[in-house]
Amino acid sequence: MTGQDAFAAALLDPDRAPPGRLTGAGGAPAGRRFDVYRNNVVAGLIEALETGFPVVRALVGAAFFRAMAGEFVRAHPPRTPLLMLYGEALPGFLAGFPPVAHLGYLPDVARLELALRDSYHAADAAPVDPGALAALSPQALARARLRLAPAVRLVRSDWPIHGIWQAHHGGPRPPQGAQEVLVARPGFDPVPHLLPPGGYRGIAALRAGVPLGAALSDLQESNISALLQLLLQSRAISAITPEDAQ
Amino acid sequence: MSDTTKTLALAGAVAAALAAHGVTPAQAQENEKCYGVALAGENDCAAGPGTTCAGTSKVDYQGNAWKLVPAGTCETMEVPGDRMGALEPLDRDIPS
Amino acid sequence: MFDTTRPALPPRPGVGFKARHFAAILDDPGPVAWLEIHAENYMGDGGRPLAQLRAVADRFPISVHGVGLSIGGAGPLDPDHLARLSHLLGWLAPASFSEHLAWSTHEGAYLNDLLPLPYTARTLARVCDHIDLVQDRLGRRMLLENPATYLDFAETEMAETDFLARVVARTGCGLLLDVNNVHVACTNRGADPVAYLDAFPMAAVGEIHLGGHDVQKDEHGAPLLIDSHGTQVADPVWALYAHALRRAGPVATLIEWDTDLPDWPTLAAEAARAAALIDRVAA
Repeated sequence: MTGQDAFAAALLDPDRAPPGRLTGAGGAPAGRRFDVYRNNVVAGLIEALETGFPVVRALVGAAFFRAMAGEFVRAHPPRTPLLMLYGEALPGFLAGFPPVAHLGYLPDVARLELALRDSYHAADAAPVDPGALAALSPQALARARLRLAPAVRLVRSDWPIHGIWQAHHGGPRPPQGAQEVLVARPGFDPVPHLLPPGGYRGIAALRAGVPLGAALSDLQESNISALLQLLLQSRAISAITPEDAQ
Repeated sequence: MSDTTKTLALAGAVAAALAAHGVTPAQAQENEKCYGVALAGENDCAAGPGTTCAGTSKVDYQGNAWKLVPAGTCETMEVPGDRMGALEPLDRDIPS
Repeated sequence: MFDTTRPALPPRPGVGFKARHFAAILDDPGPVAWLEIHAENYMGDGGRPLAQLRAVADRFPISVHGVGLSIGGAGPLDPDHLARLSHLLGWLAPASFSEHLAWSTHEGAYLNDLLPLPYTARTLARVCDHIDLVQDRLGRRMLLENPATYLDFAETEMAETDFLARVVARTGCGLLLDVNNVHVACTNRGADPVAYLDAFPMAAVGEIHLGGHDVQKDEHGAPLLIDSHGTQVADPVWALYAHALRRAGPVATLIEWDTDLPDWPTLAAEAARAAALIDRVAA
């Protein structure tokens, strides 16, 4: 074990004694001084999760979240110094964490919060001019492919995660049932939108390069209209490729 | 529905979407309200954590968490706790 | 060895850029002549952070301060992180790039703190190898910052100032003198901070940091200072800063305030205090 192996192991394990031969002023053993590093690492990462998962935190309460986050950061320290994206493993951790087993929606709410953060830091893209859609014949429209903005994210859940998120942002109590959510970033702030039935599958197909007609063939006409309106309004379409351009 | 009907339905849906898009003010205004705090020049609700090169005097909670129970807004969400109850299993294939 | 035509940071006060001060800085920067960012916070692909950075970089010289390179790490430097740094420094072309004499990554885990090193010949060789690699990969000279430390290693063979002087001699890097870290680390190890400054290789200093710290005691009743960057710069640190300036002459000086962020006038007032001390040695 190198010095840094022992140091790192003791940082993340409060029951492990600090490595030997560390001293404070006057050569005294460095008990509490080592704890400063422990706190910097663990308290700092807990705070990072508090910042990144405000709705999960509100759902379980601040004290519980802090304690739970402490378990998480020791088990899943960040793999890069890009703390703005830290917590990718939290949904999986929550799904296997017995004290929150009765809150089945919690992992998916964490997924939604991750998607919002991811979207916030995604690349910029100029939105397409909606007139480009209007210029296409019905046949060309069906064969056209859309490129979606890099900030677009999709999350779906057996739980009403959009309603739960909204309830923490001034909205009413969530309804019951499964929900599919589009995260889009019209400017600099990502916004979660509830998708109409079939919306998740349709947008996922569009993103995978399936032509418009085939991607949305399972949706009712009114839902297709709502979906496209949502994509246009949230500036989520960055290019339209007519068939003849391929 | 035949393919032709579908194609026309799609065109109708696009026309309806464009008409609605034309009259709805662009939804590009930023979310002014973030977690109850809106600060001039800062609207970073979804920014997430940043790095610091500072230390902290805060002490983390260690161990014994699992005597705790969640005690937040989950108590008022009234989301049914039986995940399979009224819900149909969803197809989770996500095209990559 | 490296491009020396690049404009350097002006020998004036700067502050750490925070999103909440964005509008105020552009409106009235007061005595603030340049801005510092943490490299890692601008390694996303787009959105508001990069838009704000482009906007302030149009108006101010920028110092990029890395916190995640783990230059003192026992393992090799992370090539992915070096690539991200290279990309950022490439498009931003900042006036300065600095990192820490510390480690933070261990076997792929990022430990989110600037962890201490024993000052031995072995550590020296490793740190110099890593700095050579960084300067080579980035194509520019970097500044290395003296750390705030809370404990010492029994195996340490040389003073931190000697260690830094040897790093400078071998790699050609510059130094970032963090005066608050000097006060914190010297107090924590029961050493004299003025003697530390007198031994510091001032000719290599390209930037100074000032920040606030918290005061605690250890279990033996000895003072334990914590480098928290959450308050105003303490009076003993201002006095050490004045001493450092007398030795170094006017140097670009950063007010570091990272937690419990103040409003802009409070931060600008700290910068004004640094400006007054710089003016005194420049006169």
